[in-house]
Order: sequence, then structure tokens, then C-alpha cells
Amino acid sequence: MRTVVPFWRDNRIVPILVQLFFLVLVILLGGFFYNNLQVGLDKTGMKLGFSFLNQSAGFSIKETSIQYSPADSYGRALLVGFTNTIKVAFWGIILATILGVFVGIGRLSSNWLVRNVAAVYVEIIRNTPLLVQLYIWYFALFMQLPKIQDSIILPGSIHLSNRGLALPWLVSTSGTRIWLAFFLVGIVAGFLIYKKQTEKQLITGIDRYPALWAMGALLLSLLFAWLITMDKPFLLTVPTVDGLRYSGGYRLSPEFATILLGLVVYTGAFIAEIVRAGIQAVSKGQTEAAKALGLGHSLSLRLVILPQALRVIIPSMTSQYLNLAKNSSLAIAVGYPDFFSVSGTTLNQTGRAVEIITLVMVAYLSISLLTSLLMNIFNKRMRLVER
Amino acid sequence: MRKKAYLLVILLLLVTMTLAACGQDSTQEPTQTTTGNQSSRSTLEVVKNRGYVIVGVNSKLPGFGYLEPDGSYSGFDVEFGRALAAAIFNDPNAVEFRPLSAKDRLTAVQTGEVDVLMRNTTWTISRDTSLGLNFAPTTFYDGQGMMVRKDSGINSLEDLDGARIGVQTGTTTELNLTDHMRKLNVDFEPIVFEDLDSVVAAYEAGSIDAWTTDISGLASRQATLADPNAHKVLPEVMSKEPLGPVVREGDDQWYDIVKWTIFATIEAEELGITQGNIDSFMNSDDPVFRRFLGVEGDLGTNLGLSNDFTVNIIKSVGNYGEIFDRYLGPDTVFNLERGLNDLWTNGGLMYAPPFR
Repeated sequence: MRTVVPFWRDNRIVPILVQLFFLVLVILLGGFFYNNLQVGLDKTGMKLGFSFLNQSAGFSIKETSIQYSPADSYGRALLVGFTNTIKVAFWGIILATILGVFVGIGRLSSNWLVRNVAAVYVEIIRNTPLLVQLYIWYFALFMQLPKIQDSIILPGSIHLSNRGLALPWLVSTSGTRIWLAFFLVGIVAGFLIYKKQTEKQLITGIDRYPALWAMGALLLSLLFAWLITMDKPFLLTVPTVDGLRYSGGYRLSPEFATILLGLVVYTGAFIAEIVRAGIQAVSKGQTEAAKALGLGHSLSLRLVILPQALRVIIPSMTSQYLNLAKNSSLAIAVGYPDFFSVSGTTLNQTGRAVEIITLVMVAYLSISLLTSLLMNIFNKRMRLVER
Repeated sequence: MRKKAYLLVILLLLVTMTLAACGQDSTQEPTQTTTGNQSSRSTLEVVKNRGYVIVGVNSKLPGFGYLEPDGSYSGFDVEFGRALAAAIFNDPNAVEFRPLSAKDRLTAVQTGEVDVLMRNTTWTISRDTSLGLNFAPTTFYDGQGMMVRKDSGINSLEDLDGARIGVQTGTTTELNLTDHMRKLNVDFEPIVFEDLDSVVAAYEAGSIDAWTTDISGLASRQATLADPNAHKVLPEVMSKEPLGPVVREGDDQWYDIVKWTIFATIEAEELGITQGNIDSFMNSDDPVFRRFLGVEGDLGTNLGLSNDFTVNIIKSVGNYGEIFDRYLGPDTVFNLERGLNDLWTNGGLMYAPPFR
């Protein structure tokens, strides 16, 4: 006999009910907050709106990646802050990954000193607050460097003082664009030729010198670039001390250097542990198999262990990248004008707390979502391909 | 077995549902009632029920608002918080000080986290009109200055071309600096910190060439530098900075109480009433004194306070001049001139409307 199942025991309906219930809960909670906000705003007689973004900002930011002057709008100022945050996050992620991978491998080294130095680094950095580390980098390291007049000059005319770091840098000439275009063409052509020659070599078994061919192609295209421009690709400028500042060269402010160094060192320690765990997750048989095939230590690491470890590493790495991007908001503690710092100033000048906090949340959310998206794509590509 | 499990799940679900539903009711209703209450209940009532007044102050500016090693607060601004407590409760200690950063201070007033802000805050039209705030009379007329090292060869703002200048975020100084330097066409690099301690530390290390804040703040901090004599304040004054208490808009009674507490200290100085000699005025026949001290009339009760609130203030903290001298005057390390902050009768700007 077929019994009628009441809906609260129906396997198809119950999950939907649960979902509905949570939806209602979320909406009610949101409504409560919104109501709270409205009551608060009514009480002070303020209105929401983003038109203030077009008003002239009036404060200046010197460290910028895009053109900015105090006469520009608040929106532009926030954009400057946003690019500064992106700049720190971008370089931070790259450098932290490099540092982390090396330290992570170092922790598994057979060399006693390397292994223990790596372990001490990881344990100290991982277990102290980032803000404290930033203060130490800024006040105990960069501020203690000599004044600009007595800059330390390292080989290659790298100037170091508590005004920051100045490096020799390339400046473009009239022919830079043409040089760059030919360089890119050379790279692409070299790559294609390399591929073709390797293919032929595999089929015929005769050495076709693919690397040599590729180099030749690149050199040829660079020769063309020189013939056309009859100019150098770049000029080198060397920093010099000019009164209170450096002129020429590329200047890294102590504020940017601090926040970058702080984030790289801090996140690097976490990445090191992830890398170590990832390597150890690859079964020992793989290492032995690689050895049996006659692969050396670094080759077996590069060709056998790391590709397999990556599958374990990437998901945890993503969250470290997100942490790094969000931790960059501590930049204000050391005076770097990142997005959070600029939005704080804007908030203070305009008093638009709700709008600006919303903007801040949206900005960091989009950075995080973008990072996640890229890492997920990467993760998908690295997944085990079953044959 | 399966049946039992289902039953349990459904039961749990029902329980959470009802609980959540109750939860919503109980969270939403009180907010409406409290908001309803707050518009009907005045700040004064709230403060009286609480038993003390909450004052937002600076904790890092010696002379104005400073957290002493023993955990107590001291300073010029702090003293007006005590005066307010004395006016309401006849007890200068019926006050809780909340240290606030420059950035958070105005939000703290807007949200009602503090009853009044007494934290060297500049009165500007945009703050007054667009932030839902009211500014009580100015307690300290100040201007923005710039501190540099004596041996730096910098003698005026024009010499700061290319310099790195430290400034604290969330202050009017941040804007004034840019405005002023644009006018002079001086190219500088602002280094914006969250914390004034960081500004001063970076300045002492020599990473920044100069730092700027209100002149009183510069004087206050100069006294704490390793070698105070190695630094100087440039002669240019970049702005007008009238500093005074701030309250939330929408409660005129509370605004009046804060206003007239300040005026009472100024009026007392003008009348020559001090902490020490106030008792001798209590039997005065002069109607001006009698009204001011609450012996006759009902000036205090009109405010919602006791009639002798002025007496309580003066007995607790003294008159304006006494407060000034105690924290900033010639006997202190700051040794500030009265200047604009002298009584109007002495060529200053301190002027209380009549108590009548």
C-alpha cells in the first residue's frame, strides 16, 4: 500500500523549506540593519548619495600611479588609493610566493642550517601580529637608516636612506616603442621556431638546435629594431641626491617599501608552510620513482614533486593571497596612501560614513573575488587530468 | 530509525523557527521603542539615569588631553569634561573619558557613543552643517603651524619645496596644508599617518622634514621631544583653528547645557570669581553675582540643572583662566601665551553672553 508522505517529511520539499527559512532570516536581518541605518540618518538629518565623489578632494597624495592633483575629485583620489593598493597586492603576491616556495623547500632541506633557519623564520613571523612587524620594519629598520645627505650608496649606485631607496632606472627614448614591438615579435617568433624545431627533433631524432634557432630569431628582430631606430632602446638614469630628495632613477618610498616588505615576509611564512605541507602530501613513492628514473634532486622536484604538490597547494594559497590583499589596509599605520587610507581621509572630509564604508567593502570584495577567480582558473588547469 | 531521525530534524527545525521568529520580534520591537524613546528622552535624562557623563577626549596630547601613567586623564579639554560633570552631578568625577582617534571622533558623537566631544576639534561650517553636529563655544583659539629642525635651514614654508611633511589623518590640518602649499606653489610630499605618535616618531628619525598640526599641539609635543631646543615652529600661521566641544544635533537642551558650562567658566573669570575666593561672593549684594551664582533667579533650573550649577563648576575646576594656567600657563612646560584666548577685556576673544 502506498502511504502519503506529509510534506514535512518529504525529501524533496524539506531542503527547499530550509533554504526558504534561511532566505527569510537573511532578509529580515538585512531589513533590520537598513531600518537601523535609516533611523540613525533621520536623526542627524543626513541623506545618502554618491554625488560627493565629484567634489574637489582638496588633499594631496604624492605617491601615485596615475595623474592626480588636489583639484581632482574625491572619486579620482579614491582611484589613486585603489591603484596603490593593487600595486602593493600585485607585487606582494608575486614576491611572497617566491619567498614562500624557497623557504618551504628549505624547510625540507637535508642541510641542517637551511632547515633550521627556515623553521625559525616561519615560527617567528607566523606567530607575531602583522601590525607589530610593520612598526618594526618602519621605525626600527627604515627610520634608522642614515639621513639623505649621508645616503648609503651600494654598488650599482643604489641609494639607501630613511628617505627611501633609489635605484638606477631606464627611461624611454624616441625609439622605445619600436624596440619593444620588435622585441615582442622576436619573442613570439623565437617561441614558434623553438616549438617547431623540437617537434622535428623528436620525430627525426636528429639534433635541430631549437634553442639556438630561437635565439637567432630574437637577435634578428632586435637587429631590425636597431636598423630602423638607429637609437638605444633605453637610457639609464642614475639617482643623485638633490637637496631634500632624490632626482633621477626609480624611487621607492620607505612607506611603500615597508608595507611591501612587511606583507611579503609575513605572508611568505604562511606560504612556506603550505608549500611544505603540499610537498609532504606527495607520497614518498613518487620521489623514489623519480630517483629510480635517474632524475637528480632539483629535476625530480621540478618535474615530479612540485606539479603534484600544486594541487594541494593552490586552494590554500588562494586564501593567503586574499589575506595579503586585505592586510594591505594596514598601510596607513606606516603612512602609505593605500585605498583604506585615502577613503579614511575622504570619510573625514565629507562625513559620508555609510557610502564610503560601502565603497571600501565593494572594493576589497572585488579584489578578493578577482583573485579567487584567477586562482580557480589556475586550479582547474592544474587538476589531475585522468587518462 | 529513519522515521525517528526525520522527526527529530523537523522538531529541531520548528524550534529554531519559532525561536528565530521570536528573536526577530524581540530584536525589531525594542529598536523601534528605543528609537522612539530616544527622541522623547533627552540626553540629559539619559546621562542622569546613567549617573555619569561620557566625554570623548584625546589621550595623546599633553596639556589638552592626556592619559597619565596612573590611568587618569588630565588636560585643558579634559577639565571642561569635569566641569560638565560638576554642572550636572555636582561631582567632577562623575565622568567617563573615552579616548578617541582624530578619525573616529566625529562618528562617535554622531552615533551617540559619547555625550560630548572635547578633543581639540576645529569648528568648520561643513562639519557644523553636514555632519549632524553642533559646536559649543570655542574653548581654545588656535592656528596651524609647522615644526622643523633648527639645523635644517628651513625658515619659511617656501623652503619646504620637495620636503616630506607628516600629518595626521582625519584632521583639518590635512586640508589646510594642501591649500596653503598650493597657494604658495610649493611641491611637497604629504606622509599621512593614523596616529600622531607615528608622525612625531618619523619626524624625530629624520625621515620627514617637518610636521604640522595646531600650534598648541606642536608646543605640547615639542616639550616631549628628545631635545626640544633643536626644533622650532615656523612663524607662518596657516589657518584659523577654533577648538571647542561638539554635541549631536537635535537636542537643544543638552547643547545649551554644554554651551553655558563653558560660558560659566569664562564669566567667572571676568567677574573675578576663582576656586579659592568663591565663598566670599556667596553673600554678595550685587545682583550680577547673585544671579550668576544662583542665589537669586532660576537660570540653572531653566537649563534643567540645579540653580547653583555655576558654583559647582567653579568649586570643582575653577574659572577659565585658572584652567588655562593649570595646564598650559607659565608654570607648565608649554608656557603658552593667553593671546587670543585672553578675556575680551584684555584684548582676547573670550566673551560670555550675559547671565540674566
